[in-house]
Amino acid sequence: MRISLFIACYNDTLFPEIGIAVVRVLERLGHTIDFPLEQTCCGQMHYNTGYQPEALPLLRRFVEVFRDSEAVCVPSSSCVTMMREHYEKIALASGDNTLQSEVAALLPRVYEFTELLVHRLGVEGVGAVYPHRVTYHSSCHSLRNLRLGDVPIRLLSNVRDIELIPMEAADLCCGFGGTFSIKNPDVSGAMLEEKLQYIQKTQAEVCTACDSSCLMHIGGALHRRRAKMRTEHIATILASEVASAALRNGGR
Amino acid sequence: MATIPNVDFKKRRAPDFPSAALPLLQDAQLRSNVRHATGVIQGKRARVVSEMPDWQALRDAGQRIRAHTLEHLDIYLEQFEQRCIAAGGHVHWARDAAEANRIVLQLAQNRTGRIIKIKSMTTEETGLNRALEAAGIRPVETDLAELIVQLGHDKPSHIVVPALHKNRSQVRELFSRTMNLPQLGDRPEDLAEAARVYLRRQFLSTPVAVSGANFLIAETGGVCIVESEGNGRMCLTLPKKLISIAGIDKIIPRFRDLEVLLQVLPRSATGERMNPYNSLWTGVHPGDGPEEFHVVLLDNRRTEVLRDPEARETLHCIRCGACQNACPVYRQTGGHAYGSVYAGPIGAILTPQLAMMERGQSLPYASSLCGACYEVCPVKINIPEILIHLRGRVVTGRPKVLRAFHPEAIAMRAMQWMFLRATRFSMAQRLGRIAQRPWIRQSGWIERLPTVLGGWTRTRDLRPLPPQSFREWFQARSHASMPSQNSSEAPHD
Repeated sequence: MRISLFIACYNDTLFPEIGIAVVRVLERLGHTIDFPLEQTCCGQMHYNTGYQPEALPLLRRFVEVFRDSEAVCVPSSSCVTMMREHYEKIALASGDNTLQSEVAALLPRVYEFTELLVHRLGVEGVGAVYPHRVTYHSSCHSLRNLRLGDVPIRLLSNVRDIELIPMEAADLCCGFGGTFSIKNPDVSGAMLEEKLQYIQKTQAEVCTACDSSCLMHIGGALHRRRAKMRTEHIATILASEVASAALRNGGR
Repeated sequence: MATIPNVDFKKRRAPDFPSAALPLLQDAQLRSNVRHATGVIQGKRARVVSEMPDWQALRDAGQRIRAHTLEHLDIYLEQFEQRCIAAGGHVHWARDAAEANRIVLQLAQNRTGRIIKIKSMTTEETGLNRALEAAGIRPVETDLAELIVQLGHDKPSHIVVPALHKNRSQVRELFSRTMNLPQLGDRPEDLAEAARVYLRRQFLSTPVAVSGANFLIAETGGVCIVESEGNGRMCLTLPKKLISIAGIDKIIPRFRDLEVLLQVLPRSATGERMNPYNSLWTGVHPGDGPEEFHVVLLDNRRTEVLRDPEARETLHCIRCGACQNACPVYRQTGGHAYGSVYAGPIGAILTPQLAMMERGQSLPYASSLCGACYEVCPVKINIPEILIHLRGRVVTGRPKVLRAFHPEAIAMRAMQWMFLRATRFSMAQRLGRIAQRPWIRQSGWIERLPTVLGGWTRTRDLRPLPPQSFREWFQARSHASMPSQNSSEAPHD
């Protein structure tokens, strides 16, 4: 299948390794990846911060760029949440009938990365090897908005040599919340502190999630505390292979 | 004890949420009390909800009852008035808090100079106690939690459990001091007994009671109150005169609608299958209960909330407080940070609307939009959606100059301009890599940032922008797309 990748602006800029990993996983499964260079941002930051009219041109842009895609893969549940929960509403408010029908036609072809693998491609094992202790953080958007359920866990539990450690209070928000983390830094920090207790209690080496935004927040605090644990997006775990894993383990 | 932001709906300027939250976040005792109490209630709620196979259907039914009522609120309010009067009650209409308080003041005059009260968040909203005290009438709170709040000159921090921010030993200290009981123990029964002795005298000697209402039943003109302690039942039956104040949103059409609402409310509110006391009364009956019964129907800008189709769902609320217990923001700060009797997620949407968006503009932003509130709401109010909608109203409601020059508005326009061309976005990525250089520490991370971005680095480090963006990687790879050259990174299958 020809899969179009919407990388998400912050992944593009801050976490290119996630996009690279998505490309590797999907190519390994025999698919062709297309990355339309005209893409930028889904508009979530504008929309959720109260600048709803400003999100409309970004929605238009997304539709123009991906209108003809067979499937759109997005390694970010929060962007997919923005699209699924608000795009139709924004299109309706714009009064543009063509846009409305284009949005309605495109949305069913937009998938979050793990959702694409399991629900659209029917794959649970992607041939990854990752000999590490890993705990999974369910981001609120993946848990409550996309209702991914155990989809990411099914993918992770098929990774060879991985040790998955369940996290207590798995449905507790980490406190990121987009611009919330900057507008309410102290409350956001306090929420993170509580979440970190549960994350660190797992004594995992790696905390993973479907959203690099939560991970940027969690990882930033782990680094501030000079903790041993690090964060990895689920795509980079699913992209890990024997060769690289073996190398990391000193050529086992 | 942290300072409580003293705010009411009339004041225009009040501390915004982040500043009000700050001293509360530093109050370790308060935070531990709030976390413990909300945790206990959440656990109980989860247990009694999970035993209901038709919970989701009940939520749907609750939502439909509330939506239907608000759609036909005019009809049901008039029906309630008519039936309540027919049953021997008196109905008063209050446009705002001041009018409601005036009505109650007139009715509350009595020889003892005091009245007894049942826990009522609506009277907290109108500031009734202050109005009564100013007129020389002493309001005596009879709900245990409200008594704790009153004796401590405190403010409620939760709509169901107003003294949730206090723990047992703090309550013991308060009772011991204010009731002059130096030997008081801190077992729940000691505290309950102290309150009982203190309150019993008031119940038996006070001729007027003021209550709120959980539901006003249009079909019968009756009123319903649910509670745990029985103090409400005493207030509803002992005094000669009973005055109930209720927001116009408390109406339900039929008696049988209680079938749904009295299932979802107690399970969501206190984690009980049923409240220990469910009081329902209609009008007056000779020789049984109060001889005079008044209902004050309060608007106080609820009709303004109804006007906004995207936010009117706010009035579906049946005040169970489940969203407060579930909210990770509320659980950190407690209720006082919200500067209103309505705290937590429901407060974040209700307070600014009741203030006509002239106050509480920081409240819609006091949420990470995690959705836990929506998940537990017994009448399915989509609080995150309304928060986002109200954020939009905050932005568009700014004065014209501020709309153009507010730093956030400028930043958002700049970001939009950048995102409208991929070339601009790539350019910004390259510029960002240069601009960040002075901020990268030896650790290879950014540990301090200037301006508003400093909010990030207050508690977190930031990994800097890597030398190559994803789009640059992808382009470089496509340019070098000879299969032989690409084989080193194209994984084997």
